[in-house]
Amino acid sequence: MKIVVCVSHVPDTATKVKIGADEKFIDPAGVVYIINPYDEFAVEEALKTKEKFGGEVITISVGGDNNKETIRKALAMGTDKGVLLKTDKPLDSFGIAKALSDEIKNYQPDIVFMGKQSVDYDDAIVGQLTSEMLGFSCISNVVDLKIDGQKITAEREIEGGKEVVESELPIIITAQKGLNEPRYASLKGIMAAKKKEIEEKKTGEYSNLIEVISMKKPQAKQPGRIVGTDVSAVPELVKLLHEEAKIF
Amino acid sequence: MSRTILAILEQRENKLKKISFEVLSFSKRLAEKYNQDVIAVAAGNEIENLSMVEKYGVSKVIHFKNEALANYSSSAYTDVISEAAKEFDAEYLIFGDTAFGKDLAPRVAARLNSGCVIDCTNVNLDGDTAVFTRPVYAGKALVDVKFNSDKKVVTIRPNIFKAHSSDDGAALNIETRNVSNPNLKTRVIDIKKSEGKLDVAEADIIVSGGRGLKAPENFNLVENLADVLGGAVGASRAAVDAGWRPHRDQVGQTGKTVSPTLYIACGISGAIQHLAGMSSSKYIVAINKDKDAPIFGVADYGIVGDLFEILPALTEEVKKIKA
Repeated sequence: MKIVVCVSHVPDTATKVKIGADEKFIDPAGVVYIINPYDEFAVEEALKTKEKFGGEVITISVGGDNNKETIRKALAMGTDKGVLLKTDKPLDSFGIAKALSDEIKNYQPDIVFMGKQSVDYDDAIVGQLTSEMLGFSCISNVVDLKIDGQKITAEREIEGGKEVVESELPIIITAQKGLNEPRYASLKGIMAAKKKEIEEKKTGEYSNLIEVISMKKPQAKQPGRIVGTDVSAVPELVKLLHEEAKIF
Repeated sequence: MSRTILAILEQRENKLKKISFEVLSFSKRLAEKYNQDVIAVAAGNEIENLSMVEKYGVSKVIHFKNEALANYSSSAYTDVISEAAKEFDAEYLIFGDTAFGKDLAPRVAARLNSGCVIDCTNVNLDGDTAVFTRPVYAGKALVDVKFNSDKKVVTIRPNIFKAHSSDDGAALNIETRNVSNPNLKTRVIDIKKSEGKLDVAEADIIVSGGRGLKAPENFNLVENLADVLGGAVGASRAAVDAGWRPHRDQVGQTGKTVSPTLYIACGISGAIQHLAGMSSSKYIVAINKDKDAPIFGVADYGIVGDLFEILPALTEEVKKIKA
């Protein structure tokens, strides 16, 4: 089976965001970048799929040179080959999906995995956009996946439950937490990853359909008051919720 | 013919969801600014409360109908909504930012070669160009964005833009279009509901528990309070990773970002990832024994103390006031 997994290189979730001088992007100084947490579920599922059906897992990432660290992480977990699609300018989700679909076409994969969203821009749409551009099926936000020949049965998380979805290959699956437990890269895997090939290419020229005008911090919430230091404060709290906040 | 705004309605089990009415009111706001008509579009089989659209000032409804469309099918729904966008020369297509809208909106946007603004929490219509605000980095920052595409797809965060009653003076006109041979390549065959509980993403009141609860069985204290308040139960990442609660309850950067009217954090210290996911709640209550816990920095009201005493007392007190 031909398998592609797409990974993005994002600030650690513990990052305190500082707005950059251009007021359009974050200030990258001192920020630690990691593999997007949802992409770890995607890599794990890609590896499990390979273990079951055989084949090759190609890891693709769009961005700058530093993305190679994240590609290496996926290679260390066990994927076979890396491709870095280099871009000089920041792309919106549409541009990223274009870059991915233009590259994925070359491999004619049966299945493509990616995280349900990147924890930087939180768009959660790249999988769906890419599938449409490729003419592939797509199931997003997946927490359970079964592959039976050409037939796919997946469960996707929705408000208050799960949808059971049937579809066909070729398909893009976007991974939600709960799909699996991502493996740790073994020392052997880390050593092997150093020797695996990362092919570098330039993305095509894409114009962004969404333009960032400015980035700002949300208004800081002012700390309120400590109503009390033990259970005797409860009636006062309820009074505040009732009279001041008018909750009930 | 002038351009239009399509309000994409969401139905589940043959009923429009509340977010659909928020989508209608948001669409009306754009329509009034740009002097365009709103057309409500729904796909489904029978939709029991479709006529409620009129209450929000929209009189034209297109209902794409087929038995097989009762459940969501991304392939079939993308086809009918993209076709409607072309037929009515839609400038804007408005969806709710729900599991449904998040899946469908980008599919339609790609089909129409349109930009897609996801999870919009504010819109500024004062200038010549509409400016949309959305949170990034799980709410640690906000971006103002504009479109560079002819057609524009937006999903709006639930509970932010309230639905308003309105009347456009015209009689309700529901046009039913029977869809023959829908493309059912990808389709929902079943819905598994989580046991009877409200989802944090849709709740107006959330009571969340963290590591301070010490054991999974102690979540009953949180559940009891949520029950008397009519709210949902949430959890911190620590509680989810410990296996005390399912991931669907997780609030924060790798869980759900929520903006309820009331958020009560019990035994949650307030890691930056958690604060990012709930700081935009209207009122925040923190109950924690550590007076230096960061959660108190965002709380409107705090009690520093033992949640094992405070939660039962709070539940009783709320019961009294609601009685």
